[in-house]
Amino acid sequence: MKILLTGNPNVGKSVVFNRLTGVDVISSNYPGTTIDFAKGYMNIAGEQIELIDVPGIYTLEPTCKAEEIAIQMLKDGDIIIQVIDATNLERNLNLTLQLIKYKKPMVIALNLFDETKHTGISIDVEKLEQIIDIPCIPTCALTGQGIKELVERIKDARLSSFVYNDSQRWNEIGDIISKVQKITHKHHTFSEILGDVSVKPLTGIPLLILVLLLTFTLIRFIGEGLISYVFEPFFKEVWAPIMLKFSDLLGQQGFFHDLLIGKLIDGRIDYGQSFGLLTTGLFVPLGAVLPYVFAFYTVLAFLEDSGYLPRMAVMADTIMHKTGLHGLAIIPMLLGLGCNVPGVLATRILETRKEKFIAATLLSIAIPCMALQAMLFGLLGHYGIKGLGIVFGTLIVVWFIIGLMLRKIIKGTSPEIFVEIPPYRIPYLNGVIKKVWMRLKWFIKEAVPFVLLGVLIANLLYTFGVIQFIGKITGPVFTYLLGLPKEAAGALIIGFLRKDLAIGMLIPLNMTLKQLVVASVVLSMYFPCVATFAVLLKELGVIDLLKSTMIMVLSALITGGLLNMILSMTLN
Amino acid sequence: MISLTEMPAGKKGTIAAINGGYGLVKKLDKMGFRIGKEITKVSGQWMKGPVVIRSGNTEIAIGFGMANKIMVEVK
Repeated sequence: MKILLTGNPNVGKSVVFNRLTGVDVISSNYPGTTIDFAKGYMNIAGEQIELIDVPGIYTLEPTCKAEEIAIQMLKDGDIIIQVIDATNLERNLNLTLQLIKYKKPMVIALNLFDETKHTGISIDVEKLEQIIDIPCIPTCALTGQGIKELVERIKDARLSSFVYNDSQRWNEIGDIISKVQKITHKHHTFSEILGDVSVKPLTGIPLLILVLLLTFTLIRFIGEGLISYVFEPFFKEVWAPIMLKFSDLLGQQGFFHDLLIGKLIDGRIDYGQSFGLLTTGLFVPLGAVLPYVFAFYTVLAFLEDSGYLPRMAVMADTIMHKTGLHGLAIIPMLLGLGCNVPGVLATRILETRKEKFIAATLLSIAIPCMALQAMLFGLLGHYGIKGLGIVFGTLIVVWFIIGLMLRKIIKGTSPEIFVEIPPYRIPYLNGVIKKVWMRLKWFIKEAVPFVLLGVLIANLLYTFGVIQFIGKITGPVFTYLLGLPKEAAGALIIGFLRKDLAIGMLIPLNMTLKQLVVASVVLSMYFPCVATFAVLLKELGVIDLLKSTMIMVLSALITGGLLNMILSMTLN
Repeated sequence: MISLTEMPAGKKGTIAAINGGYGLVKKLDKMGFRIGKEITKVSGQWMKGPVVIRSGNTEIAIGFGMANKIMVEVK
């Protein structure tokens, strides 16, 4: 048997899904968090039942591609559980009434039921159940309240006997609402006042700037703190001595020694230069990047769950319009700052091909992922504004200029923003912890093997002289155009696999500040890592991906060349 | 009768007409906004940014162009 979870966006379907199946899926407080369906299993009276979490829909008449796909999926279900936002009964019943005509046995979960109390809404659940003739169970999925009852009543799922004339749908809904819902007068709550403040220009713009500053300060503070007090001491005091002993065991040299431990620098392990699988290969993802990834996802979870992101989209809308996108595109960009892969996937919340192409291209070129940023902090942090400032400043300018150009060049339409803004909610701590943990697990699973593979390949390529050879034939580009040593070619090759490792490969080259800045910018822009490339292929298709890649390479060369010229005159 | 973009923030009103195509009417309808519905304008932005309106517990942001096509009878 197959059960489908459906309902309006942002009513908590994914949280219900997680409660019912135990399968972890990301849930947040903004519409469109679930961009792909998730599948899990649950047991009812000894029978294994398949449960599917379908992306949210407002109606059964699709207004965009994503809705069309979600509606298609409903066909395969034997039973439909509609999750309803109990604080928004009227709008949610609109879908209920349409689902009734869809003729599948149904159960309704009146989710967020706890919120009705402090918003002054009281719902007569029994009466609602009587009228629409579908089992209705009040739930609060975040805390798990009502989930047991929901499971028990799935067996009561039935075809409703409620009949109505489709042209009178809203009148019918109004009629039901007047019978089952009472609204008592209530004062403006703090969250509502804060909500209004966040989208008014006079207060919203300063708030946006404050939130962004606070976000980046917190990420740096947490990331830097973890590195200096936990991760670096561990790798220096604990791991390095072990590796030295191991090095002795292996005889301090030889092929396997160099592969596993790398080269000893003055008889010691140098995580920046040794370049062995167990030294640099583990230090880069776990010692240098992981603390920042943790910091980023912790802060992001609070932003996502509070409900600020759609408001940020409203405030960013005007600027985003200049690039052929609308405010909501800030969400893929923000996710992309963590990792470009979920960023590219999130471009699905945009409607047209043009928007998706622009968003995915801008993301791949000018949005550095946290792994890359963490390494940049390490490489350039002590130069202050002259280092990091120029790199990030350049990326922002490039993002904007390429956006302006793509808006003109790319055919198609750029629709306007049209999005629901959920109420502010206090992030549920257990939910935040779980979400951060899921993303960290994902990072470790995805990143560590790729970095190790990168170290292995880099070692092999050096041993067989391939990097030196490529350095020689691409030399003119590196030396004349970008002003980089030809050895930097190695970093660019490994950058296909992992950007963080590629930045790490710049460390032993003893470059000047100008060279470091140019190399960092080119590495950030020229090509996405292989994981991002794979999702780009899936999301854009071959032809658009080729176009996008051309833009990436060209813009990286032009920007790198210009930057080299300008910095030659100003820096040093 | 004025458009949503001209309506001052903080005012209440009733949607009187939607001067857009079927697409816009449908988009608004699915969120529960239709002719006759009472709404409050929460905010507008400088430089033709989106308009935020609220009805009951539903709040939506609408791009300037679309908001311009939605006419309201201000109270």
